[in-house]
Amino acid sequence: MVAVVDYGVGNLFSLQCSLKAVGTQTVLTSDCDALREAEKIILPGVGAFGDAAAKLRESGLFDAIRREAAAGKPILGICLGMQLLFEKSFEFGEFDGLGLIKGEVRPIAEVIPEGFKIPHIGWNELRFKPHPLFKELREGDCVYFVHSFYGADCPSVIATTDYGAELTAAVADGNVMGCQFHPEKSGKVGLSILRAFCEL
Amino acid sequence: MLRKRIIPCLDVRDGKVTKGINFAGNRDIADPVELAKFYSDNGADELVFYDITASAEGRKLFTDVLSVVASTVFIPLTVGGGIRTLGDFDRVLKCGADKVSVNSGAISDKTLIRRAAERYGSQCVVISADVSLIGGKYTVFGRGGRDDTGMDAIEWIRFCVGEGAGEVVVNSIDTDGVKKGFDLKMLETVCEAVSVPVVASGGAGSCEDFIELFKTLPKVDAGLAASVFHYKEIAVPELKKRLRESGIPVRL
Repeated sequence: MVAVVDYGVGNLFSLQCSLKAVGTQTVLTSDCDALREAEKIILPGVGAFGDAAAKLRESGLFDAIRREAAAGKPILGICLGMQLLFEKSFEFGEFDGLGLIKGEVRPIAEVIPEGFKIPHIGWNELRFKPHPLFKELREGDCVYFVHSFYGADCPSVIATTDYGAELTAAVADGNVMGCQFHPEKSGKVGLSILRAFCEL
Repeated sequence: MLRKRIIPCLDVRDGKVTKGINFAGNRDIADPVELAKFYSDNGADELVFYDITASAEGRKLFTDVLSVVASTVFIPLTVGGGIRTLGDFDRVLKCGADKVSVNSGAISDKTLIRRAAERYGSQCVVISADVSLIGGKYTVFGRGGRDDTGMDAIEWIRFCVGEGAGEVVVNSIDTDGVKKGFDLKMLETVCEAVSVPVVASGGAGSCEDFIELFKTLPKVDAGLAASVFHYKEIAVPELKKRLRESGIPVRL
């Protein structure tokens, strides 16, 4: 059973459908006990970092996720969910994240050349290192991105994408993983990554 | 490098895709779920679903179809047609839409885009504008291209982006259905005016039209079309192959 963390941000319909499509049983939950019982945890999210971090704290999920991560449970953050794994974010202020991945979240405007549109929206190619999540991936495979901030100063990058600058596309440090792109919206390539996570 | 997107558009009425009027004058219909899956399997980068029903029952059928599509096809889905309130945003987002496209709704309620962007984020809000050149001025039309609003289209699009629209779809009324190419002049003016992604619509008749679009206007992010895809006058895999051969980055 994979627990999809529901903390009141974003639309989880597509994510749940995609997990069902790869044959995984999911439970949508905001309950800390359910996280403990789950075999794996997916932390989704769209919206602003500060709000999301506050909502995780208010609900007690912040500590619950950290506890499960420390216990070795596989965790996958998606989009804002990946950014929340970082130590801090500079999106509209300065906010502390879960601190499960070293590094900080910064505006892509700081690194991309002029003339590149923000947000980075659309299909872009993954440059990836070997990782169990990418076992079905081939050179040149593209995934779908929608973001204006990226994971910076991170030693745990396992994939990047080129948008005038090399942007963090996925991270992993042991059992804690994250992808900036949306695997649930990245066609067969995205489903293969979700399947790989569920089969870990 | 970011890929140029190819987007088939599906008009849905009473739960079925209206492909258009065929040569015998009959209304041709298709199953939206089947068609969506076909396009997704054949390399479409995104799909637009346009709700062209007027009745409440039609609306319900539309969202039912949308839910099934969203649980079958795992590429971005944009939904438009009859979006007038935040309630409409909510209704389609809950059924699996990733982006919501507003057209007449934004014209009749000038606060809709700002309120939607504040609640759901700019990445979710698309302004779709039907534009025609009237007396030397690009003019925006409402109600599916029927009402001349008299508003300057470029100013209108700029206003919508300022209000928080994260993407612009520009449909040229002048080139729509003519199949002789996109309205490059109008699209260039729009691209110069805004810094968010621009989706070109109206006028595609062949692969060459898409090649010309992306070659002439590198700032255009995507090309949208409907009947040329539905009637297989252009096959998406062939189109993508031709685009790549022409040096345009696409997802294969």
